[in-house]
Amino acid sequence: MSYASFVIQLLNGLAAASSLFLVSAGLSLIFGVTRIVNFAHGSLYMLGLYGAYSLIEALGRTPLGFWSAVILAALAVGLVGVVIEVVVLRRIYRAPELFQLLATFAIVLVIKDVALAVWGSEDLVGPRAPGLAFPVEILGRRIPAYDLLLIVIGPVVLAAMWLLLARTRWGALVRAATQDREMVGALGVDQARLFTSVFFVGAVLAGLGGALQIPREPANLDLDLSVIADAFVVTVVGGLGSLGGAFLAAVLIGVAKAFCIGFGFSKLTLVVEFVIMGLVLVMRPYGLLGKPPATARFGEPAPPLQPPRRWPVVAWLVAFAVVPLLGDRYITVLMTDIACFALFAVSLHFIMGPAGMVSFGHAAYFGLGAYAGALLFKKAGLPMELALVLAPFVAGLFAVVYGWFCVRLSGVYLAMLTLAFAQISWSVVFQWDELTAGSNGLVGVWPSMWLSGKPAYYYMTLALCGLGIALLWRALFSPFGYVLRAGRDSPLRAEAIGIDLRAFQWAAFVLAGTLAGLAGAVFAFSKGSISPSSVSIAQSTDGLVMVLLGGVETLTGPVVGAAIFTWLRDTLARETEFWRAALGVVILLIVIVFPQGLVGGLKALYARWRPA
Amino acid sequence: MLTRNRLLAGVSALVAASFALPAAAQDTIKIGEMNSYKVFAAFLEPYKKGWEMAVEEVNAAGGVLGKKIEIVSRDDNGNPADAVRVAEELLSREKVAFLIGTFPSNVGLAVADFAKQRKTLFIAGEPLTDKIVWDNGNAYTFRLRTSTYMQTAMLIPDAARLKKKRWAIVYPNYEYGQSATAAFKKLLKEKQPDVEFVAEQAPPLGKIDAGAVAQALADAKPDAIFSSLFGPDLAKFVREGSQRGAFKGVEVFNLLGGEPEYLDPLKDEAPVGWYVTGYPWYGIDSPEHKKFRDAYQAKYKDYPRLGSIVGYSLAMSAVAAMKKAGSLDQEKLVAAMSGLSHSTPFGNVTYRPLDHQSTMGAYVGRIGLKDGKGIMTDWRFVDGKDALPSDEEVRKMRPAN
Repeated sequence: MSYASFVIQLLNGLAAASSLFLVSAGLSLIFGVTRIVNFAHGSLYMLGLYGAYSLIEALGRTPLGFWSAVILAALAVGLVGVVIEVVVLRRIYRAPELFQLLATFAIVLVIKDVALAVWGSEDLVGPRAPGLAFPVEILGRRIPAYDLLLIVIGPVVLAAMWLLLARTRWGALVRAATQDREMVGALGVDQARLFTSVFFVGAVLAGLGGALQIPREPANLDLDLSVIADAFVVTVVGGLGSLGGAFLAAVLIGVAKAFCIGFGFSKLTLVVEFVIMGLVLVMRPYGLLGKPPATARFGEPAPPLQPPRRWPVVAWLVAFAVVPLLGDRYITVLMTDIACFALFAVSLHFIMGPAGMVSFGHAAYFGLGAYAGALLFKKAGLPMELALVLAPFVAGLFAVVYGWFCVRLSGVYLAMLTLAFAQISWSVVFQWDELTAGSNGLVGVWPSMWLSGKPAYYYMTLALCGLGIALLWRALFSPFGYVLRAGRDSPLRAEAIGIDLRAFQWAAFVLAGTLAGLAGAVFAFSKGSISPSSVSIAQSTDGLVMVLLGGVETLTGPVVGAAIFTWLRDTLARETEFWRAALGVVILLIVIVFPQGLVGGLKALYARWRPA
Repeated sequence: MLTRNRLLAGVSALVAASFALPAAAQDTIKIGEMNSYKVFAAFLEPYKKGWEMAVEEVNAAGGVLGKKIEIVSRDDNGNPADAVRVAEELLSREKVAFLIGTFPSNVGLAVADFAKQRKTLFIAGEPLTDKIVWDNGNAYTFRLRTSTYMQTAMLIPDAARLKKKRWAIVYPNYEYGQSATAAFKKLLKEKQPDVEFVAEQAPPLGKIDAGAVAQALADAKPDAIFSSLFGPDLAKFVREGSQRGAFKGVEVFNLLGGEPEYLDPLKDEAPVGWYVTGYPWYGIDSPEHKKFRDAYQAKYKDYPRLGSIVGYSLAMSAVAAMKKAGSLDQEKLVAAMSGLSHSTPFGNVTYRPLDHQSTMGAYVGRIGLKDGKGIMTDWRFVDGKDALPSDEEVRKMRPAN
């Protein structure tokens, strides 16, 4: 690469970094104050692009029309943010940690379908920036003038935000709330109003980031999810709540990507940001400029779990056993799916509930288990039964390695490191054509003859997943489980009485990974094929949604969540064209009515209505 | 007020409704269709309109085998596992006669394998992957659409004629882009042994860093570029590349670039002079196409996209197969599909007994501008049967059934 192209690729990277920074800054701000992992932030970015497109069409393709459209679109997205905060999130601030993630996930689904209904499915290519649609010549290469402007806008917004945070009363409140929001509340600050305003500013930044992309990016319906992962990575690499860190991380990632392309390693762009995040988190557990969170006061411990009573479990097992006798083959198929996802969700719940380690990348173990089963069967030529039995241990081995790094962190940093490992696994699976057949995935992964009937396979699934769930539940009521719960509720006290917490958490991680791998392997053989989507972020998110939907503070919640989510998606997709929005609305209703999740909520209702 | 009993009653009613078996009204023939409607909406909305129109036409003409037809459609979420599940639902609950549809390669391949397992006919409409009829071909799977290999081969005569030595390549990093690139390199090398491939860029699908990619390609100083980008990636590449002068004095070939789905969003920035495969709906005046286009425009007040052609022709293939088989028996349907010939808006297509690939062709031409919109100029139709490898080669790739 010549000096000239080096400089140009650097500029390209910086231009990309600017928009990345705007989105991430909003996300970081919102997380810092409200502790909400806002999944819908990418959707706000997407709305910014669509909004700016429509406004430019309405106001005319003049410099004035363009810039007023950009600003109006950003403000309009800010209002959408306010609506989300006031209508949905405000009602669930007191819910268990991360529950708000479920609500924002539902909002993603709704916004996507609304955008489809309003703007249609065709990609909308906006105009070039009027007045800036010319290239600038640098070192004999041409670069669009607008890209140079973007390079300037990033630092300008950073400076403006810094002024706002450092020099205004609102900024002082935001900084205070980021540090200790209970204390801010105790001092008499109206938290609701503060949160709403923070949401407004964060959403404006997302909308602005989107609107400014109009000359570079066609408005399309895939932007939301493609942006949100990048934004999370930047936020975490920079250090949560640190705007300077977010800027630094955006530059690092933007430039790294441009150089991957410049040096001819374009395939690496799929994963480079996750590699960077993994490295940064391993070396600096709180991101580049993040600070360790102030020692949390001992909050209320989660309510104790109750072991399931025997009779209901037996009753359910009988009910499951008669399913294939109903004569509807499809119910058997659907129940097989549900059983696999139930084990997947219970294994995720095991580490994120009682063990207090949230994973955003649990699909890694599900998917690697599935691939291990398929590969042992297809490539190593093992009998299907043996492949199925060995596959979970392969997933477990990965959990040993990944877990060793992950348990060294905590909170969202831990969650993001699991995501980094999952994405690295995904990109290897996606690109290793010789072994995994790349994006196509492996086909012809069918069970042996004696299991090829749907009822037979269903009974086997029920047995294996049931045993897996029983094992995990049993573990929770063993001394091992009590240690994990102690570590979640008070790591300090747990270690003070001589518990090597990290070792126990590591063991929990491996156990959960192994059983997620079992779920994945059983799933693969039920479908006859396996593709990279089983290792994807979407699969990890599904797991989180199932656990949160059922209720993270209950034992049976994840099973119910897996069943309801799978069943709802199946039914709604069949009944309505806008099934994503319908699914989103149903989840939102559940979220608002049952802030402890379905099982938690129903238990509370039962307790209230039970005759005294 | 919401009481526990009412809540329970409501939930059980819902559950019961969703598990209830559909009434077994068999005065219609049901065909199961699945596709990634939400994931690839730009292509699949017109596609759906296409098959809806076909169903209407067939039923107005009295249906088939003395019954009306109905296409039961499902969204597979672009995910092979979901696709296999809805395929199961279509077969066991809706009792559809056979399966059609799918868009991405991985979904098409998973459903094809499922069809083989269930011994059920599957006509893949859109998946472009060569593997579905060759490396992974099976007795029960047929494919309508002009494949990646075929479309690439259609561009080769022009590419070879230009005698450009230095080629740069850009493709979305997944099955379709990879096989287009492999086919292009192989075929061009055969025609022009001294060709050099000087740069290769494989950005992730939907996430191209267009400025950096265009710059990296230009740095390699190619005489010509072969691209298989589409959708937002293509739009970004065109804009960034032309602003940076990456296409100046360079011939560009872009697979699928002339399909209205991907060309029309570019509006007046359509890259003039690019060699593309596509669908010039405004210019094709064969009687079959005219009839189709007039009917489509009358019904939808919109012009047809390539997706409309695929959806319409796919439904017509399904109907023709049932007519020829004279029954809904799977083995008879599969036998009928082999060698089946019927009319489509692109002329007659034949499903080859050799590999179950249809001979549907495609239009090859160059991009021009007219009234601020991109169009295809100097286009010609290439019959699919002329763009396939020799029977010998196909036999080598395709497993014996």
